[in-house]
Amino acid sequence: MDISAISQYTPLFVQAFFLTVKIGWIGIALSLGIGIVCAFVMYFKIPVLTVIVRIYVELFRNTPLLVQLFFIYFGLPKLGLTISAEVCGALGLGLLGGSYMAEAIRSALEAVPPSQRESALALGMGKGQLFGLITLPQAVSSSVPAILANVIFLLKETSVFSAISLMDLMFTAKDLIGLYYDTTECLVLLVIFYVIMLLPVSFLGRWVEHKARFAIYGD
Amino acid sequence: MEEILRVEHLHKKYDDLGVLEDVSLSVHKGEVIAIIGPSGCGKSTFLRCLNGLEDIQDGRVILHDEIINPCDDVKKLQKSREKIGMVFQSYDLFPHKTILQNVTLAPVKVQKRDKAEVEAEAMELLTRVGLESKKSNYPRQLSGGQKQRVAIVRALIMHPEILLLDEITAALDTEMVREVLEVVLSLAKEGRTMIIVTHELQFARAVADRVIFMDGGNIVEEGAPDEFFDHPRTERTRKFLDNERFTVTEQPS
Repeated sequence: MDISAISQYTPLFVQAFFLTVKIGWIGIALSLGIGIVCAFVMYFKIPVLTVIVRIYVELFRNTPLLVQLFFIYFGLPKLGLTISAEVCGALGLGLLGGSYMAEAIRSALEAVPPSQRESALALGMGKGQLFGLITLPQAVSSSVPAILANVIFLLKETSVFSAISLMDLMFTAKDLIGLYYDTTECLVLLVIFYVIMLLPVSFLGRWVEHKARFAIYGD
Repeated sequence: MEEILRVEHLHKKYDDLGVLEDVSLSVHKGEVIAIIGPSGCGKSTFLRCLNGLEDIQDGRVILHDEIINPCDDVKKLQKSREKIGMVFQSYDLFPHKTILQNVTLAPVKVQKRDKAEVEAEAMELLTRVGLESKKSNYPRQLSGGQKQRVAIVRALIMHPEILLLDEITAALDTEMVREVLEVVLSLAKEGRTMIIVTHELQFARAVADRVIFMDGGNIVEEGAPDEFFDHPRTERTRKFLDNERFTVTEQPS
């Protein structure tokens, strides 16, 4: 292994790392927003919107991110909408993640036992209080593991961004390998930076999970 | 005694299945009514109709002078529910809240009472049922009997005029049944108005002023406990009581 190559490439990987993290987290924030809205629509069975949300969820859960990115990146300009690769990446990740988040949150909402509803109503609570004080907090704590799994999955999915020429970690590695043939060095750096990106999420996630679930599920 | 709750010709159907057929009842202040009957006779459904958890198809439920079922006015229904405490078979404490929060949530959020005052009262009530040391625990850390005592406290702190207890010992181990029933007995002694659906016949006899036997969606028989248990008037009641007591009525030949 050529240490000088590693030290030479590291700044490029650092740059790519921050780009990947930035777009990854914007996409994840977007996916949470989309997921929450869609989950509420499905949970409250809002007419018409429920059908639209279901179609969206099934469409995006059952197609690969790469295909979705191609559609957004090469398809939208044909409709006269040109967006940058960065926006495209965040949007694609947000839409893919949104469909996963929606299902995770919806199923958690629906998993709250009906008897909880009845005991809240029997205490004189209105629908808003029932949802805000009883249903939602319980759904949040039961959906945390699924949401965290989605976050990690989405961060790893950023590796397909290279296909739309976004200079993320994967793109940088492939690019450098193509230029200098330092395959081992580049792949080692690639692995290291993905681990640096994801390990804190895993640890932080475990802590969040404990915080969110302790009341209902214990240690 | 002043009449608190009146049920007039209540009919309840699930789709085409009639669950309650023409049930009427009058409950007076301080009265303890025990409802017994075989599983599926409609006694739990009846209780749930009283605070509007179930829609009814005909008849009405009147709390003081207000019709609370059928009731289209959501706010009015919520107000009436504050006056009707209910305790369920499966406790249904809020698992994400501590014991103290379980008790104080509704008085603070629904009745908008002062938090400090509510917490003081909650501690008083928890002490009364012997659970003051559990105030910071979560429901999952309590036994069934303890959870049910908390559920009773959660209903009491709303200052209800009437308490509905729906088979509150049915999910409990025998040893825990007693600790819960003793709380109910003490409530009866202090003059609480209660409707108790139960399978514990001995308890019904000890606690009730009036026992009602339901079967097939109807009130088959009602009477004072001693009279009811010792001299049931109908064949159906006799049969039910014999079954429940494991009394052998006929010798097989």
